[in-house]
Amino acid sequence: MQIEFTHKQSAHCENGVVSNLMRHNGFEVSEPMVFGIGSGLLFCYIPFLKVNHAPVVTYRAMPGLIFNRFAKRVGIKIKREKFNSPETAKARLDENLQKNNPVGLQVGVYNLLYFPDEYRFHFNAHNLVVYGKENENYLISDPVMEQVTTLTEKQLEKVRFAKGAFAPKGHIYYPTSFPKTLELKSAIIKGIKQTCREMTAPVPIVGYKGIKTISKLIRKWPKKKGAKTANHYLGQIVRMQEEIGTGGGGFRYIYAAFLQEASQVLGNEKLKELSKEMTKIGDDWRDFAVNASRIYKNRSAQNDAYNKVADELDAIADSEAAFFKKLKKAI
Amino acid sequence: MKKEEVPQDKGLLDSAHTKELTYAVDENGEYTTALSSGWDPKTIALNNAIKEIEERVAKAKERVQNNETSPIEYYMELHKMDLPILSSYVGLWQWRVKRHFKPNIFKKLSQKTLQRYADVFEISIEELKHIS
Repeated sequence: MQIEFTHKQSAHCENGVVSNLMRHNGFEVSEPMVFGIGSGLLFCYIPFLKVNHAPVVTYRAMPGLIFNRFAKRVGIKIKREKFNSPETAKARLDENLQKNNPVGLQVGVYNLLYFPDEYRFHFNAHNLVVYGKENENYLISDPVMEQVTTLTEKQLEKVRFAKGAFAPKGHIYYPTSFPKTLELKSAIIKGIKQTCREMTAPVPIVGYKGIKTISKLIRKWPKKKGAKTANHYLGQIVRMQEEIGTGGGGFRYIYAAFLQEASQVLGNEKLKELSKEMTKIGDDWRDFAVNASRIYKNRSAQNDAYNKVADELDAIADSEAAFFKKLKKAI
Repeated sequence: MKKEEVPQDKGLLDSAHTKELTYAVDENGEYTTALSSGWDPKTIALNNAIKEIEERVAKAKERVQNNETSPIEYYMELHKMDLPILSSYVGLWQWRVKRHFKPNIFKKLSQKTLQRYADVFEISIEELKHIS
């Protein structure tokens, strides 16, 4: 069986799944809208945790949070289920497809065979939609891919039961009830307020202060860790920032797109100006990536080169601090 | 980022016949989306990360051959795993998996335990014991 489902590519998987499921249910909500209302933008350094043997920073909210907040703020309800046994997980998925209900799934990336090898890491917070089943093959709409694809039962089970951090445990989710009209205005304001609060939080690992902390660490890496490790660490920061799904510039461009759309919905001209400013901050992040890549491309670790990119991060932290204070006043 | 500046470098997505979506500003200053085939700064970062893994695999192989560690560690690196990930796949405590890295302990492992590792790595026990 195949459910009538429109696949629309998005930058980020979670926004994309939400936006595509909403469209399926008759509500046109753009990816940036989902991201902004769900307070997706963030900067956070996660101490004590290593992924691929390097420190972890994130440019967005924890997996699942964006949809939860979005749902609460616009007034829809979502059902989420996790499973211990793959059999029950499969049965419940098939049941939903029988009922013509496309569902969102959380999966691990490592065994997603349609991804290029180079992208297959043990990352368990990827999202996609299953919209049907044909001859034991599941029909897959993966929002980061241009086209729809398929997975066999076995392949899908493997990615649904990937292990490690954020293990999906067969996690499925879908919206269950909708209001007559979506409460966009108040939702946007709530979303923006939370992002402003988080980005200016008085916590050393979150928001602009988190960026400052990373900048301090970067200055120390070449001496403390040696050229090779320092380059590996720096490379991981750039990868997290520019990985598929960020839309470029560590989600800053998606957020700028959100502010532009929000300025129309709210009739607030200031947000349009701030959108331009956010674009500029995104450009600064891109410049940082270019300069960082020069360091690890040459495989050198001159202290002054590290200090230079750390200075760039400090400047970005200052602009973001100023930006979110202004944004808070603008709404 | 302006729409015409969206990078079209050679990336690693070619093999999957897809491009990634980015957000950029068009000539009227309005946000729009544009596909990007790749961007050098991140391709270099990704390639470096892969090289790093390859080096770890080669090193683990050497250590297996020198009888300094068991093939389990080699296969762990080959599958881009680390200790917490492997331990969660195989369903054993981390300290036990780490203990199984010791060649002497590895030799004494039961068929049942070996099979668990073999299943995770999708190989036979024979392949698990003798790396190629």
